[in-house]
Amino acid sequence: MITPTHYMMLSAALFIIGVAGVMMRRNIIIIFMSIELILNAVNINLVAYSSQQQNAVGQVFAIFVIAVAAAEAAVGLGIILAFYRNKETVNIDEMNLMRW
Amino acid sequence: MQYIWLIPLLPGLGAAINGLVGIRSFSRKTAGYLACTMMVAALGLALVAFVQLLGLPAESRAFDVTLAQWIPVIPQQMHDGSYGHFEVTWGFRLDPLSGMMLLVVTGIGTLIHIYSTAYMADEPRGGFARFFCYLNLFCFFMLMLVLGNNFLVMFVGWEGVGLCSYLLIGYWYEKKSASDAGKKAFITNRVGDWGFVLGVFLIYSVFGTFDFRAVQNAAATMPVETAHFGILSAICILLFVGATGKSAQIPLYVWLPDAMEGPTPVSALIHAATMVTAGVYMVGRNAVLFSHAPMVMQIVAIVGVLTALMAASIGLVQYDIKRVLAYSTVSQLGYMFTAMGVGAFSAGAFHLMTHAFFKALLFLGSGSVIHAMGGEQDMRRMGALKKYLPVTFVTMFVGTLAIAGIPPFSGFFSKDEILAQAFAHNKAIWVLAVITAFMTAFYMYRLIAMTFFGAYRGPAWEHAAAHAHPADAKLAAAHGAPHPADPHAHGHAAQQDHEVSHGIADAHAAHDDHGGGGHGHGPWHGPHESPRPMTIPLMALAVGAVVAGFVGIPKAILPSGSAIEHFLEPSFTAERVVESNAGLQARRESEPAGRREEAAEAEGEQEHELSTGVEWGLMGFSVLVAIGGILLARTFYQTNPEISERLAERFAGAHRTLSNKYYVDELYNGTVISGTMASGRGLWAFDRNVVDGAVNGSSWLTRFGAWLSGLTDRALVDGAVNFIGRLIQESSYWFRRVQTGLVQNYALLMLFGVFAFVSIYLFVR
Repeated sequence: MITPTHYMMLSAALFIIGVAGVMMRRNIIIIFMSIELILNAVNINLVAYSSQQQNAVGQVFAIFVIAVAAAEAAVGLGIILAFYRNKETVNIDEMNLMRW
Repeated sequence: MQYIWLIPLLPGLGAAINGLVGIRSFSRKTAGYLACTMMVAALGLALVAFVQLLGLPAESRAFDVTLAQWIPVIPQQMHDGSYGHFEVTWGFRLDPLSGMMLLVVTGIGTLIHIYSTAYMADEPRGGFARFFCYLNLFCFFMLMLVLGNNFLVMFVGWEGVGLCSYLLIGYWYEKKSASDAGKKAFITNRVGDWGFVLGVFLIYSVFGTFDFRAVQNAAATMPVETAHFGILSAICILLFVGATGKSAQIPLYVWLPDAMEGPTPVSALIHAATMVTAGVYMVGRNAVLFSHAPMVMQIVAIVGVLTALMAASIGLVQYDIKRVLAYSTVSQLGYMFTAMGVGAFSAGAFHLMTHAFFKALLFLGSGSVIHAMGGEQDMRRMGALKKYLPVTFVTMFVGTLAIAGIPPFSGFFSKDEILAQAFAHNKAIWVLAVITAFMTAFYMYRLIAMTFFGAYRGPAWEHAAAHAHPADAKLAAAHGAPHPADPHAHGHAAQQDHEVSHGIADAHAAHDDHGGGGHGHGPWHGPHESPRPMTIPLMALAVGAVVAGFVGIPKAILPSGSAIEHFLEPSFTAERVVESNAGLQARRESEPAGRREEAAEAEGEQEHELSTGVEWGLMGFSVLVAIGGILLARTFYQTNPEISERLAERFAGAHRTLSNKYYVDELYNGTVISGTMASGRGLWAFDRNVVDGAVNGSSWLTRFGAWLSGLTDRALVDGAVNFIGRLIQESSYWFRRVQTGLVQNYALLMLFGVFAFVSIYLFVR
């Protein structure tokens, strides 16, 4: 029997992997992908609780999140492309124009 | 006669024109004519006014003219508590006393102006106009002094004549001794003026008015201060201090002998005939005040007679012809004060008038002699001038007889009057006055003997044909008048080793633009008679010196009594005062009906009538004394000149003391002058150390305060501002390290933040 706890654990695992990816990877594309992982971990959570509570609001939220993530991916990839055209790199360590 | 104000203003106008325009652009002739015309006009007006004055009844002989208001009417509380008002006007008053002075000043002034046109003819053009400007200005102020009807107008004249005296003594201002003498005269006079001003202040505070008549009338109602030294005595002593300065009495007489540095006409006009008698005039003007202060009268008499004696004794041994006359003047002024002091006001004023004639005559005569000798003033270098200067000799001889008191010359009557009054008043004063009279006769005849008789002792001269000269002179004159500023300064004087030299000598040396007239002389051609403008005033004054005394023939000779005494008497007594509150109305109150009582009361105790016999005896005695003095001087200096030398050696100490004028100048130098200088230096040191020190100290304090405040500003205010700036800079130095620019750092921080908040939410809640 798959209980909400399993979903929780899966979601937490995905979340940890996502956070770790955001924190540790240098390639901005991969960081982007890690953010998608985090969002999807949240989605799993929402969907799991929605099914457990028999409440559709969680499903709706998940769809919202997916839609926002898509928009975010579009904007983010656009920025990355623009950046890449200027700097010829996607290494996040070189994206430090704002430092002091 | 409402035009008496014109009399002073005419010479004033002349002075203004000559001073403003003349010095720059008038020729000698224009300047001289202008000045003389003004004086002649003033003399004419004065004569008309005087005749009109004589035409009035004896009791009401006075003209009052108010020219303008000076200090406007001010209400004030009178000394007796009532309310009145106070005003000062430019008011003139012609009464017998001022009438007499008026004639003396304008008459002798005119003669001396005429004399000066010739005497000063060798001066450079501008200097000539300057001289006449001063001379006219002097007459203006002197007439103000004489005619003023209140103390303030008199004071204007009083100071003005002092100023002119200063200017004229220092006329040859390039000469150090002349400018020093001018300063000495001015400063010494200032001491006297100080007393005079204080006296006038006191008069104002006591009487509340400055008007002569009002003051006299008010004083007449006050008790005579026989036993105590009251307020009237204080006023009188202060006024007398003023008189001692102006009229050269002990202790302030020292300036007058030095004043001889001025041109001789100046000495004649200012320092013999007019200005120096201002003090006598002022005492006479305030006769009522003085007769209410017998103690001060006593002082006046004593000072007068001592001055007379002392100056006469100094005059015995002087060799400078003008200095003899100067000491003689001091001595005669002493006589006048003696007369005032013994209450014989009219005798003093009478002597003032006769003295003006014969002393002006003697001074002008000495000027003529000096002129003749080419600037020489030392009598030891003269002698036997009788044959060269006949007119001068005769006129000066007349003057000498007049001053010595030989009848019927004018000095006899006036001096005899004073001696008689002194005899009646105080025998000791009489004795001193007689000794003085003896000395006067002696030194005056000594002057005549040394100058006109005996052997010629002066420098030799070339017997060059004087007539070759006028052509040169004319040629030089044609070259234009302006005299190059005296390049030959004192050459002539130095060459002749003169003891005293002045501009005459210089001018004679280079002269020339004096032009024709037959009087031109380049080198000095020996003694010669002076030109007519100089001899005519001499003759006129000689006539005056003879006849001036006839107005005062004493009762012993003429039963009707002394005319001038009756004439002057109203000026010396108060009017009958109807209201006790004198104020200004009393002046207009010209009803002098019961004047006699006051007069008797005022002068009663001093007026001891002498019997006719005593008067004749005194007269005879004083004539004997005068003749004795003359004969003794004749023996000493004319017949046996060696006697005087032997006597001088025998009594060397006394002779030296007299020659050095009793060392009074040295005494004053040692005490008053050096004391003043020392105190001045002390005050200067005080000024520099204490006053300047205080100022500098306060500035130092201010600077210190400013420095302190600046320090606070820098340290505290700026410090706080800088501290905050520094704090922010320092802290941001540390905190900005947070901004690594590494996105993952931010993300990590965010993660920690979330973690922290969640932890707080979970555990702290």
